[in-house]
Amino acid sequence: MQQRAPTFSPTREAWRRFRRHKLAVISAFILGLMVLAILIGPLIWRIPINQIDFAATLQGPSWKHPFGTDDLGQDLLARMLYGGRISLAVGLAAMFVAIFVGTIIGAIAGMSRGWVGSALMWLTDLFLSLPQLPRLLLVIYLFRDTLKGTFGPEGGTFILIVIVIGGLRWMPVARLVRAQFLSLREKEFVEAARALGASKVRQVVRHILPNALGPVIVAGTIDVAAAIIAESTLSFLGLGFPPDIPTWGRLLFDAKDNLDFAPHWALFPGAAIFLTVLTINFIGDGLRDALDPRRVL
Amino acid sequence: MGYYILRRLLIAIPSLLGISVVLFTVLALAPGDPFEELATNPAVPPEVRMALRAKFGLDDPVAVRYVRWITAMAQGDWGYSFVSRINVDQLILQRLGVTLFVIGSSQILALLIAIPVGVIAATRPYSVFDQIANTLAFIGFSLPTFFTGLLFILVFSIWLDWLPFVYQADIKAAGWRWYWEHIRQAIMPIAVLGLFQGASLVRYVRSAVLDVIRLDYVTTARAKGLGERVVIVKHVVRNALIPVVTLVALQMPAIFGGAIVTEQIFRIPGIGSLLISSILANDTPVIMAVTFVFACLVVLFNLIADILYGWLDPRITFR
Repeated sequence: MQQRAPTFSPTREAWRRFRRHKLAVISAFILGLMVLAILIGPLIWRIPINQIDFAATLQGPSWKHPFGTDDLGQDLLARMLYGGRISLAVGLAAMFVAIFVGTIIGAIAGMSRGWVGSALMWLTDLFLSLPQLPRLLLVIYLFRDTLKGTFGPEGGTFILIVIVIGGLRWMPVARLVRAQFLSLREKEFVEAARALGASKVRQVVRHILPNALGPVIVAGTIDVAAAIIAESTLSFLGLGFPPDIPTWGRLLFDAKDNLDFAPHWALFPGAAIFLTVLTINFIGDGLRDALDPRRVL
Repeated sequence: MGYYILRRLLIAIPSLLGISVVLFTVLALAPGDPFEELATNPAVPPEVRMALRAKFGLDDPVAVRYVRWITAMAQGDWGYSFVSRINVDQLILQRLGVTLFVIGSSQILALLIAIPVGVIAATRPYSVFDQIANTLAFIGFSLPTFFTGLLFILVFSIWLDWLPFVYQADIKAAGWRWYWEHIRQAIMPIAVLGLFQGASLVRYVRSAVLDVIRLDYVTTARAKGLGERVVIVKHVVRNALIPVVTLVALQMPAIFGGAIVTEQIFRIPGIGSLLISSILANDTPVIMAVTFVFACLVVLFNLIADILYGWLDPRITFR
């Protein structure tokens, strides 16, 4: 910290480092454009997502339908703009769930010096050894009907998918946070805080957590991409959102049987998923460079 | 060494038990009742339903049911598939071979890509090759397997018409032709999984090699006049690949996820597509068993990696 020019705040320093990662900056720009399109696109492109037009089924891209139409003649651009909102919302919400649960468990495991920590880590490893997709499928299979009954098909599926994806992705975050805590809790500044009589909660919240946040932010960024892939995979397998909610994965699921005569139907949503995940991964890589003070740039 | 293997085996048992507890808890927490259909059927009086519940022990405490379930599983009684009308263990055994074949071949493909590319990238860090390899690796693991699968079908089956896109278990051909047809239909699924996996491994191989290449013994090898090729292949790569063994094992859960998707796209009759079809058909015994098999495979591969690790790296103490 000392060798830096005093006028640079940590945020500005991080931004300077982030800018040196060219691909990350380009990715942030592209992702920004996509988010903007998803947010304001439906206000400009006003074709309803469920407007059926049998005169224009399975058409390729044209001026009237830039991304073509599906087997019911529904406009794919409108459906993709709407579906993108769901996909990104699922990704972000699931990430927050994963970070929240992971940070709490990791912090408890990292602060405890007794059996609680080892028990929690054993639990973490246990969850890690259940493969993600079978686990997701099992939970969705067992709980989907009840939640749909309670919150309606749309809200129920959203809540279920967010909780399931986020709730089953906390383990890497927990391990990361624990590892950070184990080294940070022995540092002098924490000892100083302890000596001044800071309570355990205060030590964690004010002193340890802010210093452990860098890797968590990076993991969180990459988790958004992983959650988007998980949601798309579930929808692609026909076990995610119902057909009237055209998330990108769901569009691919509907398109896959028409691949030979309507390739555009699969290519556009697939490319959207790919581009989102790729840009998020690059941004994560850039953030890793920016937030790791040990790395010389 | 024998003691080390035994210790590892003993550690694997509690994790298997733990996994079974988690699975059973999820099942027990889940709403729904196997006799739900009877409840809505007016021809079945409630007393009959209650008697059935009592007969199958559904009213017993969770712990009792768990012990009964786990002893049955341990004795090889995995239940009976509602849909296929055969025992679950037979059904899974029929399907497991194909899955292991696809996963195994794709792993070999992934290593064949990742090791050379990672090593070359690490010997020339920040060169053009390194940067291109890094970018391609990012693209590779950002492409979801379901999209790569569809792209492959589109390009190689529909546009070029080179490869079949539906996997057939019973090919009517003999001799060399039989093998050829099997290889032809396996190319795309293996490539989809292998490329994805290879892309994730490249960066690990690169950083593992970079860690080793700075060590003193490499300098010694160069100083005594060995050629660069010998130094890299015989001295650096051998040691750099030790952590890669663990990484391959740690990636196993992700590979199973990819395998489920690939099996579904190419209609491969493996346990992944069995899982999906039984979820769509509400076939609970099969779903539980397949999930458990996947978890067992992960534990097994971790065990193999641990043992390999101990064998490859003599610095590990066999406590």
